[in-house]
Amino acid sequence: MQSLEITNLNVSIGGQPILKDFSLNIPKGEIHALMGPNGTGKSTLAKVIAGHEDYEVTSGEILLNGESILGDEPDEISLAGLFLAFQYPLEIPGVSIANFIRAAKQARLPENESINAVEYYKELYDKMDALKIDRKFTARSLNEGFSGGEKKRCEVLQMSMLEPEYCLMDETDSGLDIDALRIVADGVNLMRSPERGFLIITHYQRLLDYIVPDVVHVMYDGKIVHSGDAELAKELETKGYDWVKDSFVSSTAQ
Amino acid sequence: MSESIINEQEEAIKVDYEKGNFSFPEDYTYDAGTGLSEETVAYISKVKNEDEWIKEFRLKALEIFNKKPMPTHWASKDLENIIFENIRYYLSKGQKPSRTWDEVPDDVKETFERLGIPEQERKFLAGVEAQFDSEAAYSRMKEDLEKEGVIFVGSSEGLEKYPEIFRPYFGKVIPSADNKFSALNSAVFSGGSFIYVPKGVKLKQPLQAYFRINAENFGQFERTLIIADEGAEITYMEGCTAPKFETATLHSAVVELVALKNAKIQYITVQNWSNNVFNLVTKRAHAEENAEVKWIDCNIGSRLTMKYPGVVLKGRKARGEVLSIALANDGQHQDTGAKMIHLADETTSNIISKSISIGKGRSTYRGQVHMPKHLKNCKNNTECDALLINTNSRTDTYPAITTRGEGNTVQHEASVSKVSAEQIFYMMQRGLSEGEAMSLAVNGFVNDLLKAFPMEYSVELKRLIDMEMEGSVG
Repeated sequence: MQSLEITNLNVSIGGQPILKDFSLNIPKGEIHALMGPNGTGKSTLAKVIAGHEDYEVTSGEILLNGESILGDEPDEISLAGLFLAFQYPLEIPGVSIANFIRAAKQARLPENESINAVEYYKELYDKMDALKIDRKFTARSLNEGFSGGEKKRCEVLQMSMLEPEYCLMDETDSGLDIDALRIVADGVNLMRSPERGFLIITHYQRLLDYIVPDVVHVMYDGKIVHSGDAELAKELETKGYDWVKDSFVSSTAQ
Repeated sequence: MSESIINEQEEAIKVDYEKGNFSFPEDYTYDAGTGLSEETVAYISKVKNEDEWIKEFRLKALEIFNKKPMPTHWASKDLENIIFENIRYYLSKGQKPSRTWDEVPDDVKETFERLGIPEQERKFLAGVEAQFDSEAAYSRMKEDLEKEGVIFVGSSEGLEKYPEIFRPYFGKVIPSADNKFSALNSAVFSGGSFIYVPKGVKLKQPLQAYFRINAENFGQFERTLIIADEGAEITYMEGCTAPKFETATLHSAVVELVALKNAKIQYITVQNWSNNVFNLVTKRAHAEENAEVKWIDCNIGSRLTMKYPGVVLKGRKARGEVLSIALANDGQHQDTGAKMIHLADETTSNIISKSISIGKGRSTYRGQVHMPKHLKNCKNNTECDALLINTNSRTDTYPAITTRGEGNTVQHEASVSKVSAEQIFYMMQRGLSEGEAMSLAVNGFVNDLLKAFPMEYSVELKRLIDMEMEGSVG
């Protein structure tokens, strides 16, 4: 099973249910967009998949290529092929982007193998060129003092260097101006491949002007209430989330 | 510098400090027994065949030691757990330091080989002294330095063969009565390095001493005196390890540096004591006119370290610097800092201290900057940064700055930061283990300071930090 498959996932934090029988299947080669109003559990989903320990999973399954990753450590999940682009990337003072990515690449090699510095920098610079990122950028401390756009570009650079099989992007578009948005979208489009699945979590439709998804899901109160093709995102943009609530939530509740 | 060069350096000086945790069965010719008395001191002096004045110096120091109280009114109460009568003060095989590794007794040679010392000597050192318990087992300096008149010997040999050079400074930078542990060292000192660099001689490569404790309940009391004559330059490096015994071990050194006019001394310590070692060391330098003394002090391991390297800036335009990194893991207390005593116009000093506290580890910074009123145009800059990893850690800062007079400036900055669970999660999401993530955060914290270190040592220190952090994850 080459997919990221989430089945009947129930998650709470401090006894408060956040995800309620949440199910979603992302086969490799597809880009799925997950949209929904604030506070509906989108970011919780991303963190739970990535193995954040603050959340209590009460039932359900998360399978990565058929193998359960629930309860695994975040680094194990990462090495299994899952990448999460953070909504709010953390600052790590004194650690350069180049050294950080290098350490992450090194973690993917067998214990007695060490990364080839020349090849590494070639790959890094090629990818930075492709993403139109200034080469001086990677000497800076990871995310320290970065603008919102720089942080997101740095996430996309890491994603492109680590070549994950599944990419979760949590509100990557929030706080970006149109140029930064385009650079991020270009990065994703470059990585789009039959060998890779994407879940793009977003509040707004505008990122989806640049990254055309295969499937759009609308999430409301801890679960997916409606799914459709790329047109659904546009419909949502025009009609607003109230339309979702009125058309899908009330009907499922009855 | 390129990444590939750093990699080569890493390969070149692979000192695996986990390998430090081993010991050979004891086999000593000379053993001063357990406990400390006039007889102990006399025994040591006799074994060393010392001149009468040295014996007198020792006995007087013992008297001072016995009179002085423990400094527990300001320092850690843990000092009370040192049981002086349970400690062994002198152990040796009766060896003279060999000039080739082949002549070193097998168990001692194997010890230093496992610590990688002979390899380092070949790669980048101008001279090495390797001390095993009380005495040096090996001591050798490159021949061209001998021809230039550089002296690099142990403390006994220095006082015996070159009294005219060393005696005028011996015990003058740090008098026996300076503190209880300088008195203890003065009573029972053995080993260490006595170095003289003649006028204008500039050593391009470092001299290194390695101090190794092999025996349980042992106290190591090396004594080091470095004199850089006018315009001379020297870098000296010391490394230390001990096996992990169940009982406490004491390491109490005295290090005196004298930088005469225009001289430069750089003294680098990378210690990685096991966590049963009380490490109570007094280090001080005199800097004459336009001289420069730099202490680079990296404290990893030990149960309790108390160490405040100082520079007495005696001559106009003298410069003093202390760059220190302390890492306190569970059950460890790093009580470190710096002293800068300005005694002449236009003297400048710089203190940068970074401490990392992990788990129940505790770091304390104590600083003293003294600038009396009659001086002009003196400057001090002090920065202390603390990094806490998990909420049990504790850090304290006690800066004591007295500055008077016009045109003197003092700048002091302190910061405390934490490695958050979210930072660790972020790094682990990229595939790093928890230990690797913490290690990277710590390395980032000390990174700007590491850049000021000679490369061989910054690489080694980075490795030590990695290993310490890996070990700190349960």
